[in-house]
Amino acid sequence: MEKHCTESRVKGVSTGTTILAAVFDGGVVIGSDSRASMGEEYVSSKTINKVIQVHDRIFCCIAGSLADAQAITKAAKFHLSFHSVQMESPPRVMAAASVLKDLCYKNREELQAGFITAGWDKKNGPQVYVVALGGMLINQLVTIAGSGSTYIYGYIDAKYKPNMTKEECLQFATNALALAMGRDNVSGGVAHLVVVTEKGVEHVVVPGDKLPKFHDE
Amino acid sequence: MKLRLFKQERCCPRMGPGCLSAGLPVVCLFVVMCQTTIMAVEYDGGVVIGADSRTTTGAYIANRVTDKLTRIHNKIYCCRSGSAADTQAIAEIVAYQLGFHSIELDEPPLVETAANLFRASCYRYREELTAGILVAGWDKRKGGQVYSVPIGGMLVRQPVSVGGSGSTYIYGFMDANYKPGMNKEQCMELTAAALSLAMERDGSSGGVVRLASISEEGVERRVILGNQLPKFSTH
Repeated sequence: MEKHCTESRVKGVSTGTTILAAVFDGGVVIGSDSRASMGEEYVSSKTINKVIQVHDRIFCCIAGSLADAQAITKAAKFHLSFHSVQMESPPRVMAAASVLKDLCYKNREELQAGFITAGWDKKNGPQVYVVALGGMLINQLVTIAGSGSTYIYGYIDAKYKPNMTKEECLQFATNALALAMGRDNVSGGVAHLVVVTEKGVEHVVVPGDKLPKFHDE
Repeated sequence: MKLRLFKQERCCPRMGPGCLSAGLPVVCLFVVMCQTTIMAVEYDGGVVIGADSRTTTGAYIANRVTDKLTRIHNKIYCCRSGSAADTQAIAEIVAYQLGFHSIELDEPPLVETAANLFRASCYRYREELTAGILVAGWDKRKGGQVYSVPIGGMLVRQPVSVGGSGSTYIYGFMDANYKPGMNKEQCMELTAAALSLAMERDGSSGGVVRLASISEEGVERRVILGNQLPKFSTH
């Protein structure tokens, strides 16, 4: 019996994943699941944190090959802190996203990682940028990525409204992650959420059993 | 431009026509596909089925007003996705078998019977076929029923089911918005909204939304044109 397209295209540990970021009135919410898998059958970690802090108010979520993503974010953190010392002010979110984009684009043949960069800066307030696999950079109000994201495009399109409150946006992000984790077998575990506003950063972790349940569960 | 089909190209349904097999030089044949979005929902007293209307041959839209809701019997319809040729052939065969069976029994056939006939053909010829079918209808014994016969030939009854390439984008929306105990109008709205969302994101789905509701009273068909589709917040 033929097996159709079941070989994983990413070698080694990959974050088959669901990541998202959304802008609300006054800040951004960034979220991810916490599962790392090898191939499609083995979960190598149930509790990895894919939301990485690259500066005080700038976070980045990773999707794709875990090794590539960790190497890139390490390099990006260094570049960004150097840049911020030179400028003598906190870096812009666009600067963080551009640093990641440069690294991804210059090494696009070898790398297999995508990022969502989100944060708050004084000039433009809350922003979300997505750096896709080949090194494309776009600014969006809400964005999702990773293997589990395909299942929630419809939900995001229907549910997201600009200028939500913080609580509405948190609930929206939790629901979206729960729905994606419910359908994608390489996403799962807990939901990591980070809220970034002018005032600071707040981490929220929603364990698996506290995630919202839907009609067939 | 290769629009003519010489033979059915058996290829990975997920990656679509023209995916290259390892090493061998492959001629890119364009299969006429209804890579699509189809949906069927049960409610108390019947079913609502819906589909988009796009049939593609590679990047060319061969038919932008396709009717993918095919009548198998008076109160049994099927939604077709996958290869247009395969699904049309199977639907014709099953319609014949079911019609014959119904004459023998001298009463309307059961939806479960129709679903099993689809499953028998899809499973026996699974290596040659690319067909994902939703069978839905109403019968006296169990009321409204939806059966899913995806690629490979499995059969399962579900209260709500989606299929086709565009279906991946609406699993989350469907899980969040479907509640057991909805009435016919709510099911129609849910199906129209879900199909619009999928058509927005999936390149292989588009055109108009065709809906049908099947109940004891009969079959009622509706078409929602492109400019009348529900709109969502654009961002």
